Amino acid sequence: MLGKILKRIDWLTIFIYLSLVIIGWVSIYSTTFTEDNASIFDFSSLHGKQLFFIIVSLISIFVVLGLEANFYERFASLFYLISMVLLLGLFAFGKTIAGATSWYDLGFFNLQPSELAKVTTALALAKYLSDIQTDLRRRKDQLYALLIILIPAILIIPQPDPGSALVFFALVFVIFREGLPLFYLGIGFSLILIFIITLMFGTTWLVIGLALLIALFYLLKRKSFKIPVLPVVLGAIAIILFSLSVDFVFNNVFEQRHRDRFSLWLRLEKDPQKLEEIRKTIGYNTYQSEKAIESGGFFGKGFLEGTRTKGNFVPEQHTDYIFSSVGEEWGFIGTATVIFLFSILFLRLIYLAERQKNAFSRMYGYGVISILLIHYFINIGMVIGVLPTIGIPLPFFSYGGSGLLFFTILLFIFLKLDTNRLKESF
Amino acid sequence: MRKILLSSIIIIIGITFLSRLSYLQIFSFSPDQVLEDPSIKRVYSYPERGYIYDRNGKLLVGNDPAYDVMVIPREVKPLDTLEFCTLLGIDKEKFIEKLRKAKVYSPRLPSVLVPQLSKADYARLQEKMRKYKGFYIQKRSLRYYDTKSAANVLGYISEVNEGDLAKNKYYVQGELKGRTGVERYYEDLLRGRKGVKYIQKDRFNRDIGPYKNGALDTLPEPGKQISITLDKTLQEYGERLMVGKRGGIVAIEPKTGEILTMISGPTYDPSLLVGRQRSKNYTALYNDTIANPTWDRSIHAQQPPGSPFKTLNALVALQEGVIDENTTIRCYNGFYVGKTKRGCHCGGGLRKLNDGIYKSCNAYFAGAFRKIFEKFDTTDEGMDVWEKHIKSFGLGDYLGYDLPFGQKGRIPSKEYYDKWYGDNRWSSSFIISNSIGQGEILATPVQLANMTAAIANRGYYYTPHVLKKVEGKDITNPKYTEPKHTTIDPKYFDPVIEGMANVYTKGTARWLQIPGIDVAGKTGTAENFTRINGVRTQLTDHSVFVAFAPVNDPKIAIAVYIENGYFGSRYAGHIASLMIEKYLKGEITRTDLEKRMLEKTLEEEYAKPYSGKEFKINERAW
Repeated sequence: MLGKILKRIDWLTIFIYLSLVIIGWVSIYSTTFTEDNASIFDFSSLHGKQLFFIIVSLISIFVVLGLEANFYERFASLFYLISMVLLLGLFAFGKTIAGATSWYDLGFFNLQPSELAKVTTALALAKYLSDIQTDLRRRKDQLYALLIILIPAILIIPQPDPGSALVFFALVFVIFREGLPLFYLGIGFSLILIFIITLMFGTTWLVIGLALLIALFYLLKRKSFKIPVLPVVLGAIAIILFSLSVDFVFNNVFEQRHRDRFSLWLRLEKDPQKLEEIRKTIGYNTYQSEKAIESGGFFGKGFLEGTRTKGNFVPEQHTDYIFSSVGEEWGFIGTATVIFLFSILFLRLIYLAERQKNAFSRMYGYGVISILLIHYFINIGMVIGVLPTIGIPLPFFSYGGSGLLFFTILLFIFLKLDTNRLKESF
Repeated sequence: MRKILLSSIIIIIGITFLSRLSYLQIFSFSPDQVLEDPSIKRVYSYPERGYIYDRNGKLLVGNDPAYDVMVIPREVKPLDTLEFCTLLGIDKEKFIEKLRKAKVYSPRLPSVLVPQLSKADYARLQEKMRKYKGFYIQKRSLRYYDTKSAANVLGYISEVNEGDLAKNKYYVQGELKGRTGVERYYEDLLRGRKGVKYIQKDRFNRDIGPYKNGALDTLPEPGKQISITLDKTLQEYGERLMVGKRGGIVAIEPKTGEILTMISGPTYDPSLLVGRQRSKNYTALYNDTIANPTWDRSIHAQQPPGSPFKTLNALVALQEGVIDENTTIRCYNGFYVGKTKRGCHCGGGLRKLNDGIYKSCNAYFAGAFRKIFEKFDTTDEGMDVWEKHIKSFGLGDYLGYDLPFGQKGRIPSKEYYDKWYGDNRWSSSFIISNSIGQGEILATPVQLANMTAAIANRGYYYTPHVLKKVEGKDITNPKYTEPKHTTIDPKYFDPVIEGMANVYTKGTARWLQIPGIDVAGKTGTAENFTRINGVRTQLTDHSVFVAFAPVNDPKIAIAVYIENGYFGSRYAGHIASLMIEKYLKGEITRTDLEKRMLEKTLEEEYAKPYSGKEFKINERAW
């Protein structure tokens, strides 16, 4: 049986997975390196611990591949239930690290159930959507699908870990793939766009832009198309109201630290003195991370030669900001390689998902892609300063046992399902 | 559509990330970032600045240790303020104020609390410093002057300013740099190179070891010890003679072009620009715009050279073959330019070259000057030839000596007069004043000294310079070791030099004869004018003198220019004579002459234009 699996399994994905894990570990080694803990098998050091988790993860791969493929679909609901219970249990038995109650202390290892929940939610969602009874055209079924995503998110937010909670919303993509009207997505994007435009240019310019857009549309289309006046007017009013409310919420509901985060992200602050102030406080991490990456240049400073990495200038560099160490020590060559590897991985996974005959496998595949993609997008976006600071790890890279283990399981369940794709039923 | 959506999103994200990364890592990246990197600290070790010696190995400038009491505000623990203030020699209010300022500057970086303690204070304080946490003593080195002279040549050093920092990446804030004189011109030699240690720091500013294991670190290179060409004794003597007078003295060794003395009067004690009183003293000197002690007259003051310039006109006339030793020109106690008569003090009669020089006959040289121009068909041609010859003596342009500043002087060209009078609307009569060193000619004292050296050498000179040795080795720069030849044939110098020698034996400076030494010289008395309330007013003539000695083996060529000193043989002649004797004999035999020069000042003369009253010039008695 193992022979069959090895023959059918997608080696390209495995190659990329291993590359990312290795590059990730080397970067962790670099950030945690001191003269005293240079040995890679020093399990008291962070890079030693991570090496241990890599070994555990590799073992877990064999377990995942060894189990029957239909095991995952059959027990998907149960896993989901268990992980929700574990998330609930955190309120009573959780261990608090750095202000967030996100872990169970298992003595040798801190388990982070939110990482597990990513896997089980993807499984549960796939199972629900692939059910013959589910019809996404029905409002009720749309709502159920959304609930599967929302429950873990709602349980995770108060830990507090809004970053991890956000990840679950990425699974909405799976529902879209399976038929939720794109209208919803369009609304979502429009709201984000209006939000950004309002902050950057103000409501007045938004109104002017909107008026110009409608006028242009009218001029181009009036001959072939009768303009529905009422919906356009209502839509425009809705946009303006939303824009005004954004303004209000930003200035009156948000706290200063939130405002600073956004003004840093959208480069709203022009006063150099205040900018300097932001760089020292709320924007410190981002500024240091950008500077570290920038100082790497095209070729990087070389392995263990990153001065800002060595000096611990970037906080949380071994976890959320691990990519900055790649940038400093390996330069543009290193960062581009990582971006390239992730992009290939995602495109490959889409290809794999699309070739599934079984709906559950396909939907789970999309779940995997959505979860990995949102991590990659938000994490690197934050580290290189194009997105606001949201603390979530970079898959396969960031230091953290639960993260690495469950990302590995997440991915390899899909690879296992993929090896089984030719069997019509199981 | 739905299938492509996700793929497109992935590619768009990838491109966005790569653009942002290339902006950061390729576009914004600069290789100098190691200098701004907060994780790398540079620790400098400064070499000692090179000593400066005179031509005989006597120390002129050295270094003196000074001790700054430093404070790191956040490390300060409660202390017995009163006792500490007594030790430091400052009062309590000042101490508290200084501490507050240091805290404002930076709580964790060191600031100077009390600068430049003396050695005695340091000794008293040193053993008790342990008691005061957060304070320490930092040694640094100050310039120490073993002379009160030569401030204009030696120059001074001061802290680098924004402009220096922008111009030269070597310097960092707080470092010292030569500002004027030798300190500036030979800054690179004297300074040496500081050593740098790169230290890797963490974000709490703690050292965590050498950066790249010290691969980039450098050791300090000590500053070079240099000898300059000045003769300390002569320089100091000359400055004593210059007390109360304004002007310049420059003496050159003709065989080498080495500048033996370079004096500007009035001057100042170079030690004034060192230490705690530096800025106060500097302001006082700088603001004295009347006496201008910081203005080096020896290289900056452009004045009409007067009669010494006649020697050059004689040489040009000989070279062009328009006169010989026996050519006679009649002096009518003056000479005529058109119908106007210009005066002469020589006594009148038939003049030859020899007595033309030693009696300084204006008519003779006006005649010779005319003859030069008469040789050529056009005035333009004559002017070109004349200008070429004169400029070959280093006049009318920068000489190229190794000091950072200077002036060109002026030798007018035909273009100059074309602009003045119009093309072809002037002739030699218009510019006849040039024949006697007045008119449009301007020269600095160093140029006059160099011209004299060229005559002493019978036709060539070495570019005057002040650097003699670096680390005990003679300089080899061909700019200063290769002779520059004038356009005058050596054979024409002898009659002119004979005339100059006769200046001492039977001419205008006969009472300045130095016993036992043959001297050749030439007096000069230069008319000059100033503006008082917008009215052009003539002042007492400048006293000019050039000389060299011994005549047949010249060891010193000197030019002395004393503003408003009247006759050349008065102040300038006396000083030149004393300087030559001092240099060649090492002692002064004519003490009455010396006494007169040391005692007499021209302050009264210099006060006249500012008195607001009518005043007489060129007073006979002195």
